[in-house]
Amino acid sequence: MSASSLPLYTTPAQRLGHWLLVLFCTAVFIFLIAPVLVVVPLAFNNEPYFHFPVQVYSLRWFRELFTNEVWLHAIFNSVLTATLATLLATTLGTLAAVGLNHHNLPGKRLLMAVLVSPMIVPVVVLAVGAYFFFSKLGIANNLLGIVLVHAVLGMPFVVITVTATLGGFDMNLMRAARGLGASQIEAFRRIMLPLVWPGVLSGALFAFATSFDEVVVVLFLGGPEQTTLPRQMWTGLREQLSPTILSAAFMLILFAVVMLLTLEMLRRRSVAMRGVVE
Amino acid sequence: MDSTASLTQRLRKAERRGHWRAYALIAPLFIFVALSFLLPLGSVLLNSVYDPLVPDGLPRTMRALAAWDGPRDQVPPEPVYAALAQDLKEAVAAEKQGAIANRLNIEEFGLRTIFMRAARRVGAQEDGPWAPFFEAADPAWAQPGIWGTIRNLQSPSHTLYFLSALDAKRNQDGQIGPQPEDQRIHVTIYLRTLGVAFTVTFMCILLGFPLSYLLAHLRDKTANLLLILVLLPFWTSLLVRTTAWMVVLQKEGVLNSLLQALHLISEPLPLVFNRFGVVVAMTHILLPFMVLPMYSVMRQIPVSYVRAARSLGAGPFTAFVRVYLPQCIPGVGAGALLVFILALGYYITPALLGGSTDQMISYFVADNMGRSLNWGLASALAAILLGAVLLLYAVYDRLVGSNNLKLG
Repeated sequence: MSASSLPLYTTPAQRLGHWLLVLFCTAVFIFLIAPVLVVVPLAFNNEPYFHFPVQVYSLRWFRELFTNEVWLHAIFNSVLTATLATLLATTLGTLAAVGLNHHNLPGKRLLMAVLVSPMIVPVVVLAVGAYFFFSKLGIANNLLGIVLVHAVLGMPFVVITVTATLGGFDMNLMRAARGLGASQIEAFRRIMLPLVWPGVLSGALFAFATSFDEVVVVLFLGGPEQTTLPRQMWTGLREQLSPTILSAAFMLILFAVVMLLTLEMLRRRSVAMRGVVE
Repeated sequence: MDSTASLTQRLRKAERRGHWRAYALIAPLFIFVALSFLLPLGSVLLNSVYDPLVPDGLPRTMRALAAWDGPRDQVPPEPVYAALAQDLKEAVAAEKQGAIANRLNIEEFGLRTIFMRAARRVGAQEDGPWAPFFEAADPAWAQPGIWGTIRNLQSPSHTLYFLSALDAKRNQDGQIGPQPEDQRIHVTIYLRTLGVAFTVTFMCILLGFPLSYLLAHLRDKTANLLLILVLLPFWTSLLVRTTAWMVVLQKEGVLNSLLQALHLISEPLPLVFNRFGVVVAMTHILLPFMVLPMYSVMRQIPVSYVRAARSLGAGPFTAFVRVYLPQCIPGVGAGALLVFILALGYYITPALLGGSTDQMISYFVADNMGRSLNWGLASALAAILLGAVLLLYAVYDRLVGSNNLKLG
């Protein structure tokens, strides 16, 4: 962001414009990142207040988060739901992506549009529909219903990332493996999967995060037993903003950071493995 | 000749086999999506136009009414009353009278009491004449109005919920008219939803365009580093970001105390539980959806085009507007459409950061499901929202391609 990148022939007006742009963008970056950062010190505030300056820092609310039965139960449920939903979404999504990668597949565009649509359909509408439909099947008000809908919400990420990774995959490798006597499944397991796994894993991470963050479906389909972390936060936020919510929020921010770093690592890995120079 | 034909045939056959193998790989996911996505959405549509509760609960009455088929301003003859008495006895035995009464009450406020009064007394009387019995239970039964409502519900499939979702109703005389004034709320809510979505989209363009422009003109390393500042909030839980805005904007919150400490204001500003809070938080949450497509389009615009325009005599402004801007349109369009689509369905953020007059359509879907227990209306509202979103998605798919829906 330095003026040294400007060519020598820039006029003063252009220089001013450039600096105004930099100033404006700095403000937007602050707007983007500050609210997330503000939560961090407040989560460590010993007092149950939400303003600065923080007098005494402590882990009081984290102790509360990790010892309180209700919160622990919620964390456990969230991890369980997200894990099951991710497994389902990743397995089915990866298989489908391999199929969608087939060249000139008739109806591919429509299929893709349908498979990606859970990303844009308002989640309230889906939650209401799932409640109607699953009530008839007898799987509303329990974990299975939530897992199924969460898997649907995470699946587009898997399909998109894996198809993108497969786009750079050299299909001749599969032909070579088949020619050398490998079965279809063996070729997939030993040739394709090791080369596309960064894409699969990124998709799985997206799916996990989607489920881990989802509250509307849980509100509609969850029985009293299915309190997840976001649902617990939602209930807390509607009643009174408690400091424990902020410590939970801090943990989720940490989760986002780890996720971001892992995704970046996977992206580099994927690029390196496919030998693509960006 | 013969061998060429058979070779083409064999090739075609092999290709078809390949296609079937591909479909077989997609099939498990597709079946899964059908079961946990398409059929649930179908149930919403079905429930918005199909409600057999009253025709199933009062079958004899409906048959008798159909057999009579008199004008709407007349009271039906005795056989209809007798049929209703029989239906009521069965409904009471099956404990379904309350549900039917509620359904009638949705169509015409006050019918619940009238219906329940008759249901409570019907067990005490063995035989007719039934018309005087009903009139004794409530004089409304001797008026044509209530019969008009029941006749409106004669068919299990109807558009009553959609009418209600559009602030209209079928009156007791069978004509379609507006809802009573105090119940005409839904059109306002649609307009509000559109308004909020437009404002948020506009704000995202306003903030996102310069940001993407700067990112696209930085060295790759710097841009990637700064992109993290866009992606971190993106991957932070939606509830966390909503919580964060609550902490920042509330009366005793970070921003108000900061402004007061700087003596810029003396009284805390009302920043949250109003439209301002909703728009700020939604802009924050949706901004990355705008920046990412814009950035990836702008990065591919060659710098040489603007330079060429400049060297051909265009001023910096002209070069920007006439050469650079048109090339950004695909990115801006994709981002704006996506943000708008996502904003239309927002629920959590307005519910937590908005006041009662800032709630969007999703809130009323949830409200009708949970509190008012009017599932039909909830379905109709949801169906209209779904229709709007799918329409915009079709446009998006045509312009951008759904496989380009890249997030992160």
